[in-house]
Amino acid sequence: MSETPNELRYVATHEWARLEEDGTVTIGITDHAQDALGDVVFVELPELDVDLLAATEAGVVESVKAASDIYSPIDGNVIAINSALEEQPELVNTDPFGEGWFFKLRPLDAPQLEELLSAADYVELCNDEAH
Amino acid sequence: MSNQPLGKTALHAEHVAAGGKMVDFAGWHMPLNYGSQIEEHNQVRSCAGQFDVSHMTVVDADGAGIADFLRRVLANNIDKLKVSGRALYGALLNEAGGVVDDLIVYRRAAGYRLVVNAGTRQKVLDWLAQQQGSDTSFTLTERPDLAILAVQGPEAVARCSAALPRTAAGADLKPFWMFEDGDWMVARTGYTGEDGFELILPSADVVDAYRALVAAGVPPIGLGARDTLRLEAGLNLYGHDMDDSVNPLSANMAWTIAWTPPERDFVGRAALEKIKSAGRHEQLLGVVLRSRGVLREGQEITTNAGPGVLTSGAFSPTLGYSIAFARVPLAAAGKATVEIRKKQFEIELVKAPFVRNGTQVYKPL
Repeated sequence: MSETPNELRYVATHEWARLEEDGTVTIGITDHAQDALGDVVFVELPELDVDLLAATEAGVVESVKAASDIYSPIDGNVIAINSALEEQPELVNTDPFGEGWFFKLRPLDAPQLEELLSAADYVELCNDEAH
Repeated sequence: MSNQPLGKTALHAEHVAAGGKMVDFAGWHMPLNYGSQIEEHNQVRSCAGQFDVSHMTVVDADGAGIADFLRRVLANNIDKLKVSGRALYGALLNEAGGVVDDLIVYRRAAGYRLVVNAGTRQKVLDWLAQQQGSDTSFTLTERPDLAILAVQGPEAVARCSAALPRTAAGADLKPFWMFEDGDWMVARTGYTGEDGFELILPSADVVDAYRALVAAGVPPIGLGARDTLRLEAGLNLYGHDMDDSVNPLSANMAWTIAWTPPERDFVGRAALEKIKSAGRHEQLLGVVLRSRGVLREGQEITTNAGPGVLTSGAFSPTLGYSIAFARVPLAAAGKATVEIRKKQFEIELVKAPFVRNGTQVYKPL
């Protein structure tokens, strides 16, 4: 079974968002998503200092199976990208909620995060998709 | 698609127990991978793995008239199989010269054995029956009671021989030879570009054989890795790289057409001769992309000689970048471009195979 940590927020396009202590938000794709994609072979990340809008394209994941767009869960300014993924895209598979993170945002609208799916809601959504 | 339940091979429960990610493949519930497709690919290139390909269709072809029949329906010539124990790769063509299926033919002590694709099973059985008509001088008998295990990789022959003593004599076989021991057939053939065996054996024996191989360090490999291994090895996949509408000259299968003797009138010959003499065909080439992206089936490319299309594409775990096959005009060569998600990337047209026995072998054109 896929993991879905309770402390994170989720969106229907299978990204997770984590509010850090300094108010920034880290983004990645879920365990469920990496499992469905299979081995990740390339990751295309957003550029630093770009403003992303919620539900707009922020990058691309290429796996052995398919290419998938990554969407930003919230509005924010890109303050960091996980450049380790360039050499080790497999981190997305092995540690999707840790070393396999994609990028960090400084939120433009902090309360937006509260509107995203809870872990329970996300699990329910994945179960619905499977049936 | 039909509403029939998915077929299950005799190893289905083993795949599930091994954590196989099961998918619908040509009407069969088959393992795509058991975790990491890339690790499985590398396991076969560097050591050994086993594939359950029991979903493929085995047809035994026997009787006084069978050789004449096969001389007529195969574009390759079974007369190349001078003695029993030899195997031949070839195509069945339709009257227009399109590929009905690709298959392997084994010559047995008496008669022949054909192994055709799973996805084409009903079509091919119907086609062969139609070609046979009312001729009772031979029989075509499907063998759903048999399983097929492909054991592939540089260590495959040694580990298989140790785990399954009945296969040990296969270590002396050359490629495209086989021997039979009772109801087991051991062939030095495969679909990975590595050394190994394909074992055709009773379904009743296959679970024990599978377990003995696992215990000997030959883990199961899913269909995902089978696809990247065959692509690296420059081997076609029916329904992708060729089908009923594609002639073998346009599918890198010219080497499987036996033009001599000229009096052998195989099905599709007349159409194929016209296509060939008029130069009215394309070619299937290899493609490499050295930048960060993955070539996929259906992507359009632009060559020096006009447009083309990718028929298969994937990330190559052995090479570390993406490779593909492309159907392109006959004069295409050198650099070309591919469009991936609205962006143009430079690609190179090459002569496949890309990888043989674990090593890069492709040549620029």
